[in-house]
Amino acid sequence: MKKNMKRLYQQVIMDHNKKPRNFNNIENTTHFAQGINPLCGDEYQLFLEIKNNIIENIGFTGTGCAISKSVASMMTEEVKGKTIEHALKMKDKFIELLTENISADEAKHLLGHLTLFESVKEFPIRVKCATLIWRALEAAITKNNDKVTTE
Amino acid sequence: MSLKQDFPIFDEHPNLTYLDSGATTHKPRVVINEVTQFLSKSYATVHRGIYDLSVTSTNLYDSARKKVQTFINARSEKNIIFTKGTTASINLAAFGYVKQHIKEGDEILITEIEHHANFVPWQVIAKEKKAKLIYAPIEDSGELDINKFKSLINKNTKFIAITHVSNVLGTILPIESIITTAKEKDIPILIDGAQAIAHIPINLTTLDPDFYCFSGHKMYGPTGIGVCYVSDRILPKLTPISFGGDMIESVKKEGSTYADAPLKFESGTPPITEAIGLKKAIEYIESIGIEALKKKDQELTNLTLDEFKAHDWIQVIGHAKKRSSAISFTLKNIHPHDIGSMLDNEDIAIRVGHHCAQPTMIRFNVSSTARVSFGAYNDENDINNLMQGLRNTKEILG
Repeated sequence: MKKNMKRLYQQVIMDHNKKPRNFNNIENTTHFAQGINPLCGDEYQLFLEIKNNIIENIGFTGTGCAISKSVASMMTEEVKGKTIEHALKMKDKFIELLTENISADEAKHLLGHLTLFESVKEFPIRVKCATLIWRALEAAITKNNDKVTTE
Repeated sequence: MSLKQDFPIFDEHPNLTYLDSGATTHKPRVVINEVTQFLSKSYATVHRGIYDLSVTSTNLYDSARKKVQTFINARSEKNIIFTKGTTASINLAAFGYVKQHIKEGDEILITEIEHHANFVPWQVIAKEKKAKLIYAPIEDSGELDINKFKSLINKNTKFIAITHVSNVLGTILPIESIITTAKEKDIPILIDGAQAIAHIPINLTTLDPDFYCFSGHKMYGPTGIGVCYVSDRILPKLTPISFGGDMIESVKKEGSTYADAPLKFESGTPPITEAIGLKKAIEYIESIGIEALKKKDQELTNLTLDEFKAHDWIQVIGHAKKRSSAISFTLKNIHPHDIGSMLDNEDIAIRVGHHCAQPTMIRFNVSSTARVSFGAYNDENDINNLMQGLRNTKEILG
């Protein structure tokens, strides 16, 4: 194999793909967005309960590839309990990690386990998969629109 | 027979297993050389230059139309309209003919497995004209039940548009029978031949549809060139949808008159180089023989289906008895995008996603599939590579 597929699809990521966390609609949704990749038909719904600027609860539903689903699963774990400003900073850092020349160590303080997805950088075509749910998060929080697409 | 040596892409990528010819085929050396030679030695505009180069260029361009005519056995070159591709051809039929003749309450009949090019134009026209778009159902096998199809034809049916070969399921539709029925009832019919043209011999004098549409780039020719075959019945009723130079007879401030078909429908400087490349692509197909290409496609399809059937973790979508090589499949618990990435890493190119046929995906209750499709250059070894790639995919992701 040319590239390190086992790193892209490492155990932790596959575990989140098979058993996604917070993979459900939530009660008391205050913010909602859809994330769609029209090229492959991936489609997620993201539900947030935001109180006093804090993400109190979060859940997602939908279908997509292992990358998009495991990012979504881990993201919901990492942003729960955070302020919306903090969550948006995480979003920027995550996108930076996958598209710019920064190391996982530099992103670790903000992203925690999510730095595992650094290996997606080697697969430019999959960056859209990994960032889809983050863009839905941004759309839900900022309420600019309730539907984002990768295209 | 492996024809890989005819295709320079495999010199550059010797380990490439290319299984996406349904999207686009690679180009044989003879086509690449022809295009280079033409641009180097004979290129000039067509239909207007008085100088020698333009005459040569015009003759070559016209000979490309003649080549297409003989390849699909059309009655005359007048029936061959050059377009950008299948999508543009279907749009010409839709907006140059159907939109002009359809009224509120009329019906356009298609199937639920059309790809977007043979779906969206009809949806747009139906909405605009308050006509109805009727979808003929497809069986779980991926086949069209001809009796159910016929039962949907009624006095309001004003147009039928149907694919020759499904780009997702590989099904070869019974177009002979459908065309016969349409003609009995005097309903114009369009056949989308995009997936058929490189795999099935086409004789339009025998078939006799009103439109037959295909692209050059799916038959070893360049992109940016396609064909809209139009029957003598429809040609006088077809109106241009694009206006400008080359399609006119005379232009005055008071008004313009148009050239005769086919130039009437080819406004602007045409894709000269692409047409000449297409002519060479047809010559390439003829040098191998379309029957031989059909046989090869059938053999590789059967071989792949046998391999797939031997593995219970591979689910094939579509089991038509008469079929071509678009083979859609899914792997248990593995998303098609992940399959695509895994195979790509082993230089195996397949298509994953909804294949520009979302209604088909909905019909078969999947959000996306993986698809393999074959071209002249494929051989048994490519299928071995595919199977090895899929086993690796299952091992890592399954």
